[in-house]
Amino acid sequence: MKLFGFIAVIIVGALLLAATGDFPAWGDAGSPASQGQVSSFYIEQTINETKVPNMVTAVLADFRGYDTMFETVVIFIAGIGIIAVLRTFGDQASKAPDGPEADNDSGDLIVRTTCHMVVPLIQLFALYVIAHGHHSPGGGFQGGVMLGASYILFALACGLPAAKRRMGERRAIIIAAAGIIIYAGWGVACLLLGGNFLDYTSLDPILPGDEQMARSHSMLVVEIGVAFTVTAIMFAIYSNLSTRGRLEKGL
Amino acid sequence: MEFLAAGFIEENIVPKFNYWVYVILMMIGLFAMITKNNLIKKLIGMAIFQTAIILFYVSIGVKAESGIPILGHEQHHEIVEEGRASSEVIKKEKFANPLPHVLMLTAIVVGVSTLGLALAISQRIYGSFNTLEEDEILDQLRPGGHD
Repeated sequence: MKLFGFIAVIIVGALLLAATGDFPAWGDAGSPASQGQVSSFYIEQTINETKVPNMVTAVLADFRGYDTMFETVVIFIAGIGIIAVLRTFGDQASKAPDGPEADNDSGDLIVRTTCHMVVPLIQLFALYVIAHGHHSPGGGFQGGVMLGASYILFALACGLPAAKRRMGERRAIIIAAAGIIIYAGWGVACLLLGGNFLDYTSLDPILPGDEQMARSHSMLVVEIGVAFTVTAIMFAIYSNLSTRGRLEKGL
Repeated sequence: MEFLAAGFIEENIVPKFNYWVYVILMMIGLFAMITKNNLIKKLIGMAIFQTAIILFYVSIGVKAESGIPILGHEQHHEIVEEGRASSEVIKKEKFANPLPHVLMLTAIVVGVSTLGLALAISQRIYGSFNTLEEDEILDQLRPGGHD
């Protein structure tokens, strides 16, 4: 079995490497991918059409809005799937303490104190990454992952019960769903104002600035929706995987 | 023996180093997925495979003289405030291709969630079979196999 696998892998690898002869060289500005109309359009026209300097965010949240919306749905479904597969409601007798004292229940004093000081900074930076995603590297996915990571850090340092009081299972699912509702609802708002689904220019009457600024503002709304979903699902994945779905003490 | 000819490396490997790295990484992942018996090792192989694809896409978007695909402050000011035509101000070669970055940005996050789901399912499998070795699971599933 190992030998057959090895032979197959060698053959596939050799074919792929043989094909690289036709590929453009590293860093070739004239490669087909970079010379194509799509890429040139995004680089040159993004600023005219949306007034957003970060082309990646503009393509993500505006030009390819459908794609991003359904990627968010994929993440949501994965989170729901993990909960559906793993979550068990075991014996309630061994329930962990649930009140405020749960905060001091586990972990080292130094670790807990450091965590309490660091988590707000991480969350602040994550919010900056989400809100400033049009102008600097960032956006809903990156900021959402950071926000989720801050909850995971908190759960690691202070125990899962303490983290659950901040981001309970119910709340996590509601936040995740709210993110998709924000995203899809913004698309429906475009429909109500007479445009196509996720055609942000039609939101011009209710947003400050001109049509291009409406697209810029809409990107922020959409990124916030993405960040909601990613944050909640990241934490749901961690909390379910680390406790085998019991959501008790955790790691 | 064309492969040993002088200049082969300079012509075919050095300028296409990124493709060699991606193919080798991808084959490591594929090998792990095909031959490994342990489900977690298969998942590690899948993660390596995904990373190789991401590397491939991002490396396609690179241009030798370019920076990140975000307009600088001056260029932004010139276009929005002074009203100059964007095609004059923006040099295409100075910006990396944004499209692969967008595609891979979502692929990374979706990869994390699918990996999470896969880990959840393997935890479940471990719960019912007490093993993550594929052949032992198949043994137990076979009719007449010990449960």
